[in-house]
Amino acid sequence: MTAIRAEGLTLAYDDRTVVSDLDLQIPPGRVTVVVGANACGKSTLLRALARLMRPVHGAVLLDGRAIHSLPTRQVARQVGILPQAPVAPEGISVLDLVGRGRSPHQTWWRQWSTADEQAVAAALAATGMTDLAHRPVDELSGGQRQRAWIAMAVAQQTPVLLLDEPTTYLDLAHQVDVLDLVTDLNRRDGRTVVMVLHDLNQACRYADHLVVMRDGRIAAEGDPAAVVTAELVTEVFGLDCRVVPDPVTATPMVIPLSRHHPARAVTA
Amino acid sequence: MTPVPPPPARLRHAAAYLPAAAVLLAVLCLLSLAFGSRAVPIAQVADALFDRAGADPQIEAIVWNVRMPRTAAGLLVGAALGLAGALMQGLTRNPLADPGLLGVSAGASFAIVLAVAAFGASTAPTNLIWYAFAGALAGAVSVHLLGGLGRGGATPVKTALAGIAVTFLLGSFTSALVLRSPLALDRFRFWAAGSLTSADAATLWQVTPLLAAAAVLALATAPALNSLALGEDVAVALGRRVGLIRLRATLAITVLAGTAVAVAGPIVFIGLVTPHLARMVTGPDHRRILALTLLGAPSLLIAADVLGRVVARPEEIQAGIVVAFLGGPFFIALARRRRLAEM
Repeated sequence: MTAIRAEGLTLAYDDRTVVSDLDLQIPPGRVTVVVGANACGKSTLLRALARLMRPVHGAVLLDGRAIHSLPTRQVARQVGILPQAPVAPEGISVLDLVGRGRSPHQTWWRQWSTADEQAVAAALAATGMTDLAHRPVDELSGGQRQRAWIAMAVAQQTPVLLLDEPTTYLDLAHQVDVLDLVTDLNRRDGRTVVMVLHDLNQACRYADHLVVMRDGRIAAEGDPAAVVTAELVTEVFGLDCRVVPDPVTATPMVIPLSRHHPARAVTA
Repeated sequence: MTPVPPPPARLRHAAAYLPAAAVLLAVLCLLSLAFGSRAVPIAQVADALFDRAGADPQIEAIVWNVRMPRTAAGLLVGAALGLAGALMQGLTRNPLADPGLLGVSAGASFAIVLAVAAFGASTAPTNLIWYAFAGALAGAVSVHLLGGLGRGGATPVKTALAGIAVTFLLGSFTSALVLRSPLALDRFRFWAAGSLTSADAATLWQVTPLLAAAAVLALATAPALNSLALGEDVAVALGRRVGLIRLRATLAITVLAGTAVAVAGPIVFIGLVTPHLARMVTGPDHRRILALTLLGAPSLLIAADVLGRVVARPEEIQAGIVVAFLGGPFFIALARRRRLAEM
């Protein structure tokens, strides 16, 4: 199983340091969710894990070897990433888009194989997009479009799948739908999943391993039930809150307090 | 596992486009041999083509020494401009990209005129090609840098504006040089609008291997452009080396557009229009777009050239002018499309 971890990772845009001296071991075969306030460096960390960003110090290690020193095509067969809000070319069909996920497995003398055919069919089936295969992506609803992009990443058949805010711009029903789909991919195929999410309650529901970031460092990590406390949320997000068990999943649920809704109104 | 349903009939039949385009190109080549400012009956053209010894020597000379190289120039220049335009559009994800609009052709023209007028270089096209390459590259790079200035980086419209600015600037330099040098003026008359009449057979034979190599490089870059079309991050995630793709495509664009300018002058719109027409037929797969452009662009240029010969008999209108006349409205329609900025 592919193991991915960060060691002494420091990331910067020009001279602005975004992530500093960060160590992180991604548990293989589990769902890891990274949360944190805006600009805490969570998306930057995800980009570095996918070698889209070169570290200033430290390294991302894929099976013990620095990801930047490995041939990029070899990495592309092990780690897939879906960036935030990708844009599809005008008029592209779902099938064409998903097929393009196969390119790390193709060479100029062998463009399309039975394995490619099967991987694309499987990715479409796994994401429930089979019947929409020939539809243009720009005619789909937001939720369907995100499924199509996830199908592309699934067709890449990487043991590690990274997703940067896969629920952005989706309504609540489609958010749940996409997160359930990601869970399927993890449980059915044993893929290691790392995703950045905004919603803490969703993160607590779907994460096996929660990473809470603050100012480019890890503030806490572990099982959401053990990690998420009112004190932590206050420290990381600067938000007063109550943490109660989710009535459906019993995972931590964060109820924000505010100036107009102070704690005394709540009975625990 | 659920099998993928078969594509709708419209898509299945689209596979016939390549043979159809090849037939169209062959027909246009024959028309280009048959029609000219001097009307020659088809039967005599056929005689001159297939029975050179028995044909009227004058007609034979027209067909073989004038129309044949002209048609071949149309094939080579059209294919080169079309591929260069398709590559530029794919590489920059800019629907307005065209060697004639983004400074590549203007750079090549300026370098050629500078070499001839200022440094007294020989005017043989095979010699001029090297200056054209240098100028094409310099033009492309300066437009790219200029278009990327300011907030938001290189948007399609900003890059097009930068291209137009550089094209006008280089054009005025070129005019200034030409007006001072009778030798360059003589040579430049063809380049001013773009014409297929200036190249002889020997030159065409010499540039053919170069263009063929660049065309192979262009077609080999197509799968990588398909990944790049999904965005730079996704392309890297799919294992593409984006820098290498840029380098390869730029090399191919330089050779294709530079050679085209050295042979026929700065013909605009062929590189802009053909990839768009091809994309309407093939959809967004660059392998198909490039393949169809390779056949479609010379068809368009040869058709324009033939049209220019017959509409103003016994005078001729240069192919570049006909193309600009037809391409202008297309460009405006394209620029007015709402989704332009999103591509």
